[in-house]
Amino acid sequence: MLPEAIAAMTEELAQLGNPSSLHNAGRRARRVVEESREQIAEVFGARASEVIFTSGGTEADNLAVKGLFWARRSSDGRHNRVFTTATEHHAVLDSVRWLADSEGAVVDWLPVDPVGAIAPSVLEEALAPHAESAAVVSVMWANNEVGTIQAVDELAAVAHSFGVPFHSDAVQAAAQIPVDFAGSGVDALSVTAHKLGGPVGAGALILGRGVAPVPVLHGGGQERDIRSGTLDAPAIRAFAVAAVVTASRLEAEAARLSALRDDLIRQVLQAVPDAVLNGAAPGPGRLPGNAHFSFPGCEGDALLLLLDAKGIACSTGSACTAGVAEPSHVLLAMGASEPLARSSLRFSLGHTTTQSDVDAVGSVIGEAVSRARRAGSR
Amino acid sequence: MSGGVDSATAAARAVEAGHDVTGVHLALSQNPQSYRTGARGCCTIEDARDARRAADVIGIPFYVWDMAERFKADVVDDFVAEYAAGRTPNPCLRCNEKIKFAAVLDRAMALGFDAVCTGHYARVDPLTGALRRAVDDGKDQSYVLAVLNTEQIAHAMFPLGDTPKSQVREEARRRGLLVADKPDSHDVCFIADGDTRGFLARQLGDAPGSIVDTEGTVLGEHDGAFGFTIGQRKGLRVDRPAPDGRPRYVLSIEPVTRTVTVGSASQLDVREISVERPVWTGRSAPAEPIECLVQLRAHGEIHPCRAWPDDGTLKISLLEPARGVAAGQAAVLYDGDTVLGSGTIASTAALAGSAA
Repeated sequence: MLPEAIAAMTEELAQLGNPSSLHNAGRRARRVVEESREQIAEVFGARASEVIFTSGGTEADNLAVKGLFWARRSSDGRHNRVFTTATEHHAVLDSVRWLADSEGAVVDWLPVDPVGAIAPSVLEEALAPHAESAAVVSVMWANNEVGTIQAVDELAAVAHSFGVPFHSDAVQAAAQIPVDFAGSGVDALSVTAHKLGGPVGAGALILGRGVAPVPVLHGGGQERDIRSGTLDAPAIRAFAVAAVVTASRLEAEAARLSALRDDLIRQVLQAVPDAVLNGAAPGPGRLPGNAHFSFPGCEGDALLLLLDAKGIACSTGSACTAGVAEPSHVLLAMGASEPLARSSLRFSLGHTTTQSDVDAVGSVIGEAVSRARRAGSR
Repeated sequence: MSGGVDSATAAARAVEAGHDVTGVHLALSQNPQSYRTGARGCCTIEDARDARRAADVIGIPFYVWDMAERFKADVVDDFVAEYAAGRTPNPCLRCNEKIKFAAVLDRAMALGFDAVCTGHYARVDPLTGALRRAVDDGKDQSYVLAVLNTEQIAHAMFPLGDTPKSQVREEARRRGLLVADKPDSHDVCFIADGDTRGFLARQLGDAPGSIVDTEGTVLGEHDGAFGFTIGQRKGLRVDRPAPDGRPRYVLSIEPVTRTVTVGSASQLDVREISVERPVWTGRSAPAEPIECLVQLRAHGEIHPCRAWPDDGTLKISLLEPARGVAAGQAAVLYDGDTVLGSGTIASTAALAGSAA
């Protein structure tokens, strides 16, 4: 967490008051929440009334995908098709799969190109034959594994030309590139505090005012009757502080991270010439803090173990419930073979990353890859 | 680290001895729910969590290695094929031979580790490198480790071999390991409900055949010869009592004709055993017959014998007859409590010189 966010949260944790209470302490807490809402709205180019606080990105994605599907279908029984990509985060992916398995939704998996991007024309061609049955489109702003940024504004315009609401998961993008809700034209946008240097357990779904998903959580109706649950004033306060601080440094930090990331790519490819950089080319199409490689002939989890032992934390993608590293669904959707997907590692750079961290990777990656290759692939 | 008390305590001891220890849990099922449920086995999500928690308490890194494909090919499929061939395999032994001290050891060595340390109850003699029985007779697992060759044992560590199980539990409790009271695992870890015959029937389908006596008289029918093991008395489903009124036992299983032959206890007597794929541990194959001890199944009796190599196989002649010796099980030779070697029982005979 950013020190500013820790300080704000710590201060607020000592305060009494439920933002929904009518007494003085409650009003004080409510003021904290509403000021935070306004700050978060401003950061993301939204109105305060469009910010629905949630417990994080997963809840925001569930609310957007399921809630919009249910709302659209109850307004017109023909609306039963969901359009999304196979590279989405599991919060969207598994919500969509659940709609298909349990709610009779039909899913159109929009194909992505080899760097993980989807062309607006692809969405247009997919929607054209199904304009009457389309319920919702969900395409992430930027991919959390390979860092590829989607043309969200163009995709949203395509969806709107067919009268279909458009959701985007901007959890990964929001910390690193400008995310403008109004400017993009999306109807629903998921963000989360911990990616911005705030606490885990706070997030928001930014919702256009005419957009009314059916609730996933029922109860006190605290958030526009769309989301229930006592508002967590300390976490929301820290969320807002983190969002404001991150936004104020966004441009400088993006430049710093891009330079570090480019140097990381250079060092890795120098040490391991046959490593493959996955995702969009470094530049405006890729998140500044993301570097994602395949190391042919390695198991990603063997590499992770070796790098972990050297104090370098990286990620193989996802793990199953038992803890087994699984091949990245994102890479598979981008057309990678299973062995290549299994050989992949993601390096994420953030506000605490320094040149010496990058150099540390550069100095050990060559040896780690040779060792992992000796350990073999399955 | 299986998620049980033994591997957790072994890991803690290895750390205390000054080793740089990394915890590894083996995922052995591609679909963890399909194997054992509950706290007894080695393949559940709960066990992975217990192992992870133990590693946290000990303070070591922890990873899950996916060995499901290797385990299926080398242990589960082998188990089924052995039963289909009329033999009685020991899957724990196969897992040690092919997975823990082969696939896992190879991967670990390539990644820069020096040894695989497990919670098995056995000892390695520091001078000779030979495998020895654990001090806890009831828990001794040298039988299922005897298949390891000298090289494998040189890269194995068994920190629990010198300690009785009851003390291991006590020690685990003292170390704050929550698995201290977890029940021991028994049975076959990949057969969730403990019903081996049902598992084999699902894998192999119905393969009906006859149950006959030694004269060839048909006494009954069965759904699959794989449901039987040499020396088995219960569940024979033979209506007619034996002429002498004594219990009948499975004497032999003939997989091609699917004939199960039953007879009296004395007809189970075996004196001569032919053993294939012999492995010598901490020594080379003897040139002359040796006088030693042999164990013919896990936790089984110990029999004095003479053993000698014979054209790539091993012949064993028992001084006193043994009963219920099943092909597919291991014959493990001991000198006192030291393992000399082992192999897979191929055939047995009642009389000297007639082991085929």
